[in-house]
Amino acid sequence: MQIKILGSGCRKCQTLAGNAKAALAQAGQTGEVSKVTDFAQIAAYGVMSTPALVIDEKVVASGKVLSADEIAALMNG
Amino acid sequence: MRDVFSWFNDQILRMEWLSDLVGTMLAAIGIDPLGRWGGSLHFFAYDVIKILILLGSMIFVLSYVQSYFPPERSRAILGGRRGLGALTLAALLGTVTPFCSCSSIPLFIGFVAAGLPLGVTFAFLISSPLVDLASVILLAGIIGWPAALAYVVLGVVLAVAGGALIGAIHMESEVEPFVYAAPVHNGDPGASLTRRMRLAYARAQLVDIVGRVWPYVLIGVAVGALIHNWIPQALIDGVLGQDKWWAVPLAVVAGVPVYADIFGTLPVAEALVGKGVGTGTVLAFMMAVTALSLPSLILLRRVVRMRLLTLFVAIVTVGIILTGYVFNALIPLLMA
Repeated sequence: MQIKILGSGCRKCQTLAGNAKAALAQAGQTGEVSKVTDFAQIAAYGVMSTPALVIDEKVVASGKVLSADEIAALMNG
Repeated sequence: MRDVFSWFNDQILRMEWLSDLVGTMLAAIGIDPLGRWGGSLHFFAYDVIKILILLGSMIFVLSYVQSYFPPERSRAILGGRRGLGALTLAALLGTVTPFCSCSSIPLFIGFVAAGLPLGVTFAFLISSPLVDLASVILLAGIIGWPAALAYVVLGVVLAVAGGALIGAIHMESEVEPFVYAAPVHNGDPGASLTRRMRLAYARAQLVDIVGRVWPYVLIGVAVGALIHNWIPQALIDGVLGQDKWWAVPLAVVAGVPVYADIFGTLPVAEALVGKGVGTGTVLAFMMAVTALSLPSLILLRRVVRMRLLTLFVAIVTVGIILTGYVFNALIPLLMA
């Protein structure tokens, strides 16, 4: 499972990346968490607020820091 | 009615009870709150506590309101509109849309990609950091309600005028091409939230913003205390006095390199007003700090070319300087 964190690297993005990693373990999934900081690439996802969370190329949340529980639910959902 | 109003201002916004309480406590441990060191300590303790209490409650309430206006919804409201109405609406939405400078670029891209005119987009971008509702309420405690409301009006006027100018000059080719190519998703995440979700959002905003700005508040208050008790009145009068024509431009130039949150600038503003510096001069400084911060200009450069960026900076600078002069002329009339 490919997890991407979109954002210019502010503190919220770090927190979200941490939560996503925890969620992977929690959901029993294997995968990778990577950060996208380039605006051209972020724009290509069509999000208007950062940080945004992308699971397997699908934007599942933007403008908020989801908890590990919430992300795990999205992964299994 | 007037009594209720002034009580609210003195006790809730200025928290005079807190000032008295801190003074009494300092006196109890043997520090003279009227002395130079004691006075600095008094200003520092009182101001930090006051700003954090006001900031916290204000952010919570306003974030709840703002949960109704995510950027996607503002974009949908503005879609298809043109002219002065669109510019004014954009400037007004800029004041209520939740905004963090790290989010300004995706927002810019989202607006422009959806076909909103460049002028409308800039009207929004100018008003958003400039007119922040929480800071306006705090500002009212320092310079009074008439002046705080005038600040809102002038901020919106500046955003509309700036947006209109940028729109009129047709700088569409000065935006990086990838911006126009970005896809547009038309969801409205603000529509389906329950009250519980809005409260959770407001609480998360409170934790996030206070966690982010408290160092700026401490630094701001320390600078304020320094101005309040240590900088000689004659020096302030000589450099920033009401009769000095250069006071306003100087305040703007001094404000640009300062990277601070608007909440960090409030205690500095408070101390300067206390020293008799013109309200317009103080407001010009605050506006320059928030609307023209170097880090956000560097970010903006990634989506627009140098000519448009220069024009943006020029328009905002001139606008702020004019606002400063207008205020310095206006305030004595408002107070009279």
